[in-house]
Amino acid sequence: MNAFLTSRPVSDVLTGVTNGVIYALVALSLVLIWRSARLLNFAQGAMAMIATYVGFVAIAPHANYWVAMVVSVVAGCLIGALTERGLVRWLYGKPELNPVVAMVGFLLVLESVAAAIWSTSSRGLPSSFSPIDWQLGGRPLALSPFAAYEIVTALVVMGFIAGIFRFTKLGLRLRAAALAPEVSRLLGVRVNRMLTIGWILSSGVGAVTAVLVASNYFTGLTPTAMDGVFAFGFIAAAIGGLDSPGGALASGVTLGIVLQFVSDYVNANDVILVALGLLIVSLMVRPNGVFTRDAQRRV
Amino acid sequence: MGDASGTPILAVESVTVRFGGLTALRDVSFDVRPGEIVGLIGPNGAGKTTAFNVVCGFVRPTEGRVRFPLIDRDGLRPAQLAAHGVARTLQGVGLFPRLSVLENVMAGGQTAVGGGFWSGFLGLPSAVRSERHLRERAHAMLARLGVDGFAMRLPSAIPYGVAKKVAVARALMCEPRLLLLDEPASGLDEAELDDFAALIAGLRQDMGVLLVEHDMEFVMPLVDRLVVLNFGEVIAHGAPNDVRHHEAVVAAYLGVDE
Repeated sequence: MNAFLTSRPVSDVLTGVTNGVIYALVALSLVLIWRSARLLNFAQGAMAMIATYVGFVAIAPHANYWVAMVVSVVAGCLIGALTERGLVRWLYGKPELNPVVAMVGFLLVLESVAAAIWSTSSRGLPSSFSPIDWQLGGRPLALSPFAAYEIVTALVVMGFIAGIFRFTKLGLRLRAAALAPEVSRLLGVRVNRMLTIGWILSSGVGAVTAVLVASNYFTGLTPTAMDGVFAFGFIAAAIGGLDSPGGALASGVTLGIVLQFVSDYVNANDVILVALGLLIVSLMVRPNGVFTRDAQRRV
Repeated sequence: MGDASGTPILAVESVTVRFGGLTALRDVSFDVRPGEIVGLIGPNGAGKTTAFNVVCGFVRPTEGRVRFPLIDRDGLRPAQLAAHGVARTLQGVGLFPRLSVLENVMAGGQTAVGGGFWSGFLGLPSAVRSERHLRERAHAMLARLGVDGFAMRLPSAIPYGVAKKVAVARALMCEPRLLLLDEPASGLDEAELDDFAALIAGLRQDMGVLLVEHDMEFVMPLVDRLVVLNFGEVIAHGAPNDVRHHEAVVAAYLGVDE
């Protein structure tokens, strides 16, 4: 049994899941906004990175890890609300390219500002979880306390978001406003407020993600810490279907596992190539996402 | 007519709507009183939908105004309608495609208090309670309209006649005093039409009803008054039997239609 759990394929699956839940969180964050606003938030990673700097460096540099994390998430929610009210609201109803350019521009601005204020050198976050793998019968299991912490936190966040959408009136309003804004308005739903709340939830998820990424002992927090993760999360969201939170999560985890096998059995340098290949194939075969139901949107 | 008296719930007063050079409505006036069913009819392009959209605040009148005297408001924006007891159904059915029938009806009860953002965000017991209460109300409303058996289905998986009733159930969830029905009869078969007419007739105890409709056989026995539009103007206004024999109406609509 121990030999099996520490075998090469199982190790790849475990490592893949650990990476994959992070991609899944990024994808979930993107889906939350796409569903309500039909907008791809290219600045998602950068906004989350800023939230982490605000929590761990600006406001609570010497605080307990969990306190700083909560501050980061609150900061993330605020950044989301401000971005929606101050920037995105002016992009609704404009030609499709405008929001793309604006959000990419916003990404560059955020990363430059972060570098100007906090420099580009990496900072470690004081997480108390060891990055050293557990041992089974003298051989390393490809799972560390830190990896377990990442996975559990990701599951909690996903469960929390799913709970809001499934079991509260707020969730019903959010879904209704996303599916048919005009009808929702007639029923008394304040659609603009729902858009803001969508951004708040998405950016909160993003902030948790960035804290997890930056807590990694080997990378730490830098202004560009989220770039790579965002790219894979974006691909996961596109493959899974930007309209489908469940699909985004499934494809995030699947992508993590597949890429880990590629990295281990083929070549670590081919990972991004394979990821882009998967994206292109999935967009050709199922442009609305592998996990989306074939339902036409009607307003 | 009979029991309809007193202050109107809706008063459209000399409304003119122009889109650029096109005059969609010219000096249109009519009202709806509580307990009354008013039909708005006319050939295609007569301005029925524009009149409806003006009432709902989707379109602003170029001249004239829309008042809600019973609730003491001059004009409402779409998002304010439900809270002030004005509900509207849409042409077709307009149900949310990927919400269950029950959730669709629940979405109509948004104006009830409780279940705000923070309690929902934090998953507080009060949010869960108010969600459960809303769920029970939605079930009761579906049962009242006799379609409770479809509660857990998706709108794409239920018969059209049932979907129409679900749309009405959703509109009734805000306990309206004025119900606006946009072509309630379209796409229904004979049996469903009778069923639907009885349903609408039963609603007048609690509210005023304004309906836009093509189907004259459906409208005539159902309504207390008819407002006939043609080319954006009211060409006749009165009891169905009076309007039926009105020359301008026969010329514009009834004669041509058959």
